[in-house]
Amino acid sequence: MADRDGMVEKRGAGLWLTHLGLIIGIAFIFFPIWLAFVASTVEQQDIVRPPMPLLPGGHLIENYTRALTAGINAPVATMLFNSMVMALGIAFGKIAISLLSAFAIVYFRFPGRQVFFWLIFLTLMLPVEVRIVPTFEVIANFGMLNSYSGLILPLVASATATFLFRQFFMTVPDELAEAARVDGASPMRFFFDILLPMSRTNIAALFVILFIYGWNQYLWPLLITTDPEMNTIVMGIKQMFPSGDDFAHWPTIMATSILAMVPPVLVVIGMQKLFIRGLVESEK
Amino acid sequence: MEKRVTFKGIWLPLLLVLPQILVTAIFFFYPAGQAIWQSLFIPDPFGLSMQWVGLGNFEFLLSDRFYRASFLTTAIFSILVTVVSMGVALYLAVLADRLIKGSGTYRTLLIWPYAVAPAVAGVLWLFMFNTRVGVVTWYLGALGYDWNHVLNEGEAMGLVVVASAWGRISYNFLFFLAGLQAIPKSVIEAAAIDGARFWTRFRTIVWPLLSPTTFFLLVVNIIYAFFETFGVIHTITSGGPQQATTILVYKVYSDGFVGQDLGSSAAQSVILLVIVSILTVVQFKYIERRVHY
Repeated sequence: MADRDGMVEKRGAGLWLTHLGLIIGIAFIFFPIWLAFVASTVEQQDIVRPPMPLLPGGHLIENYTRALTAGINAPVATMLFNSMVMALGIAFGKIAISLLSAFAIVYFRFPGRQVFFWLIFLTLMLPVEVRIVPTFEVIANFGMLNSYSGLILPLVASATATFLFRQFFMTVPDELAEAARVDGASPMRFFFDILLPMSRTNIAALFVILFIYGWNQYLWPLLITTDPEMNTIVMGIKQMFPSGDDFAHWPTIMATSILAMVPPVLVVIGMQKLFIRGLVESEK
Repeated sequence: MEKRVTFKGIWLPLLLVLPQILVTAIFFFYPAGQAIWQSLFIPDPFGLSMQWVGLGNFEFLLSDRFYRASFLTTAIFSILVTVVSMGVALYLAVLADRLIKGSGTYRTLLIWPYAVAPAVAGVLWLFMFNTRVGVVTWYLGALGYDWNHVLNEGEAMGLVVVASAWGRISYNFLFFLAGLQAIPKSVIEAAAIDGARFWTRFRTIVWPLLSPTTFFLLVVNIIYAFFETFGVIHTITSGGPQQATTILVYKVYSDGFVGQDLGSSAAQSVILLVIVSILTVVQFKYIERRVHY
């Protein structure tokens, strides 16, 4: 009893030290975001004459309204909309095509099935960053620069989700397909009435991961959206910096940064359980 | 693994896989093939024709001083990002794991920076360390330290490392906490009863049992540092000063799109492709076996 340090769970002073350690860590992680928030509530003069204040000012509504309706190159509301289309397009697109093809490779025997399986495995390895130049040429040849399909399609082109759904379908009891077959249900009927409802949680978990993945894309939108009206918010922030020696308009830029974080952060917090599940499963 | 019960039909399954085949063929395999093909040519200065050079682009790259420097930069950068983000995450996870109550609350608080895009993280850190208006720069100045990552190569590297590692802490924390919570409490309690202090328990029990998680995170973080940090580098330093933060992915972009040197950029893509493949194979095969369970 003399030495509390030996115990597994901390009590008394030790407990408080543990909390203190965590709080310091969290403060370190939050500080950049807090500063961005403060900068989005003050005026440009407060920032360009350093040091800037560390507590919020009174220009929140004014700064956010200016960013959303005017922005610098394009209204941030437009960029938010573009990001939303891109993120939802990638998430829904990838889930839809992956569900269909996973259903086909698990529940059917057809010629080319093995080849298809290998193709899936190959796409697991190649991030879009590695093939940017030729992919850009493909998009340019199709006339898809500055278009939503150009933003979405190349990022849908990987079979990671197919792989996950295949793993899940393999665990679905055979009796269900058997019963459906005996009852004379068509394969698609089985897919829509039984398989899809059973995959609900997996679909939702994957949706969270893909939404964030799509929302946070940077390099690809940077290459193919030359028109400010098509910029996504994450890549649009960098475009707000002046190229010369002028001062960047920090309150607008920081308001935009905060706005760029809100949707994915809400998704993560609101769907925390699914998010953790999606992360763990998509890495296994 | 195969299903015992399957449906009949050939056209239906082919129709079902068609969308995926089309999209991956056009936007994945064709461009990847093009990258390999283009890496064997150099375009003439007017971009009108291509000249076959075989492995010439690769030979040129491997003897190029800047490319080799970029390799070294990437190695230093990814090791630092991995060590910093995993170190901080492990420290926080060990603390959170010691709590009986409240670790869930801390998890919620620590989880959401995962959602912050690398490019946004870059802008946030750039703002703090901006040479003219940055708060941290100002306070460092007040302490007598003159921070200037625009000119100083070491400071530029430090800043991109911290900004990249910062965004990754949440992810590593989640996996470490899950790993720690999976270790049976009885084992640790037994050691505690035998008189093992915290540090001894950590070194002899927790750390070895955590090794699958650690190895997994090691590979995943290196892949992250190689590819997904493009946004951080582009927003903070644009590869400068004097290419001090030009990692390989950034060089593919700057040579291909800014420098318009397509042959070299394609050859660099192919080299990266080989590196990712090796890392992926390591992740799937080697790590699974080497770690203790």
